[in-house]
Amino acid sequence: MSLSAAEVTAQVRSTRRKVLVSKLGLDGHDRGAKVIARALRDAGFEVVYLGVHKTPEDVAEAAVEEDVTAIGISILSGSHLELVNDLIKLLRERGINVPVVVGGVIPPEDVEELKKLGVFEVLTPGTPLKKVTEVFERACEVGSA
Amino acid sequence: MSDLEKLREKFNEWVNEVLQPTIKKAPEIKPRFFSEEGLEIKGLYTPLDTEGVGWDYLGRLGFPGTYPFTRGVYPTMYRGRAWTIRQYAGFGSAEDTNSRYKYLLSIGQTGLSMAFDLPTQLGLDPDNKLAWYEVGKVGVSMSSVNEMDLVFHEIPMDKISTSMTINATAIEILSMYVAVAESRGISKSLLRGTVQNDILKEYIARNNYIYPPKPSMRYATDLIIYAAKNIPKWNSISISGYHFEEAGATPAMEVAFTLADAIEYVNWVLERGMSVDEFAGQLSFFFAARTNIFEQVAKFRAARRMWAKIMRDRFNAKDPRSMMLRFHTQTAGVLLTAQQPLVNLIRTTLQALAAVLGGTQSLHVNSYDEALSLPTEESVKLSVRVQQVLLYESGVIDTVDPLGGSYYVEWLTDQIEEKAWKMIDEIDRLGGMIRAIELGYPQREIARAAYEWQLRVEKGDIPIIGVNTLIEEETPSIKILRVDPKVRERVILRLEQLRKERDPMKVRDSLNELRKAAEKEDVNIFPYIYEAVKNKATLGEISKTLREVWGEWRAPEVY
Repeated sequence: MSLSAAEVTAQVRSTRRKVLVSKLGLDGHDRGAKVIARALRDAGFEVVYLGVHKTPEDVAEAAVEEDVTAIGISILSGSHLELVNDLIKLLRERGINVPVVVGGVIPPEDVEELKKLGVFEVLTPGTPLKKVTEVFERACEVGSA
Repeated sequence: MSDLEKLREKFNEWVNEVLQPTIKKAPEIKPRFFSEEGLEIKGLYTPLDTEGVGWDYLGRLGFPGTYPFTRGVYPTMYRGRAWTIRQYAGFGSAEDTNSRYKYLLSIGQTGLSMAFDLPTQLGLDPDNKLAWYEVGKVGVSMSSVNEMDLVFHEIPMDKISTSMTINATAIEILSMYVAVAESRGISKSLLRGTVQNDILKEYIARNNYIYPPKPSMRYATDLIIYAAKNIPKWNSISISGYHFEEAGATPAMEVAFTLADAIEYVNWVLERGMSVDEFAGQLSFFFAARTNIFEQVAKFRAARRMWAKIMRDRFNAKDPRSMMLRFHTQTAGVLLTAQQPLVNLIRTTLQALAAVLGGTQSLHVNSYDEALSLPTEESVKLSVRVQQVLLYESGVIDTVDPLGGSYYVEWLTDQIEEKAWKMIDEIDRLGGMIRAIELGYPQREIARAAYEWQLRVEKGDIPIIGVNTLIEEETPSIKILRVDPKVRERVILRLEQLRKERDPMKVRDSLNELRKAAEKEDVNIFPYIYEAVKNKATLGEISKTLREVWGEWRAPEVY
């Protein structure tokens, strides 16, 4: 089905594109998180950048407070399974169902594990920004539905 | 007509009669060529680019082992002694790490390099709630002197040199190392190694800080002073550009921000009443090696020349050792790809070559699987072998600074130097590196460069095999190293045991003494931390004591 220009505009307007970007855990490598925050901002998203050394509690609280439509998490420390598991649990406890996108140094077999935990998409090193933006666009559509 | 004028005439003749007609017939593959620094690269360099611009051999290069050290810090370089093969390693518990170290030594590694887990780097014991997810993940867990003893079980601490990537808790960790050595009858005056102890770059790029900048600088300075007086063969700091490069810095930024940090450290130590030649010989450096060989070699050479000048002219150093920029190199982690991981071996080989052509004193080669996880024994062995092929088979060690005198490399060296001086001038103008960090200057420059790099990759201006060119639709099936999930329980159990067995009065007293020392500004806290460590205070307890006095740092987030 193809949409008319007016319909597309209407749909874009109805999608709130507010993304929380954060590091999770004690890992301080923030190049990826910052580049993605900036790319999303340049693509017209509203970005809340939380920064480094955030616990699952910090992120869940910020997600409530900022009323975001998607969450982007960057982890390079190898602790992604436990951290993301706890984050998603806390989000659900707070009644937040917005999609969580995870990026970082993630071994291939953990990608499926993360998705089983409820992660919307996993972005590994080398993903083009265009694809990153598309993933967050889809995530925000789901998150503002 | 002078030789240069004659050359210029002949060169113009060649351009008009040979080059231009060729390009007309068969154009070059792109209209303009740029280096990673963004320098426009010409198709040919000649003496017109060196001597032709007033360049003189003795002023710009000199001889290896003498000022300005452009060609190398030692007269014979690798003909006299190979660089140290030093792979950064550590994971899980002390036992896991001990066996990895023994393995590395068994395959020909010549120095150790300790990786600590994030809780250790941030002064948290493994049973701290904040440490829960991270125990043993990116390095070894190190909560007390007992753990250090286990890591070095059956490893001769008097024979091997050990480098430690540790900053906010550098004194605690070095104290543990010294305490273990002394318990084995090895005097600290004999110990060889390095602590990173470079807190400034944590605020700029790496983010593993604890306290605010000023008390952190006092802490780093205390270590430098203590080592100058008591551990004379130890590099008391490894002033690091590596993390700037990893965060996105261009080569000139990497040099400029590193040397500007170094200037700040020297100023702090001088302020405490030491003279420059008493400690400067123990300052060392750490840079990245990227795949772009010639610009990287130029970066190392420029850094050496600039540091020599800074030490001689700005700080009036007299001892040549104070002017020598001795450095460790690690191949650039950001250039590893998760796609087609074996291709990383080719990249790291070229990067290692750049480091060696650039005159490094020690080298870590990343393993091909590190865009996916920590390296396995098999992958790390290949990293060691890359170094050994360079050392034994390639012939690059046969002469000192083999690229010296290349018109192109000399031109590049001058360009990197010129750009780096401009940034150092800017930092001076802002009032020094701490002020520049507070204003967000280096952080912003690096974030901007990282973003611009990414955009160049997206546009295809920078080709990366497997990422934006020669793409294969495959999922790499390689063996991954997993940290044993039982590590946390195991180290916590040992920590509880230690707390039961030690003398609680001694621990309490030494922490109280430390607190009092930290509250004063003119006392060196190293001996107090050392005492607490020997009394089996834990890393977390010592760090907590200092946090209570100095507070914690929360960074403004710029992106």
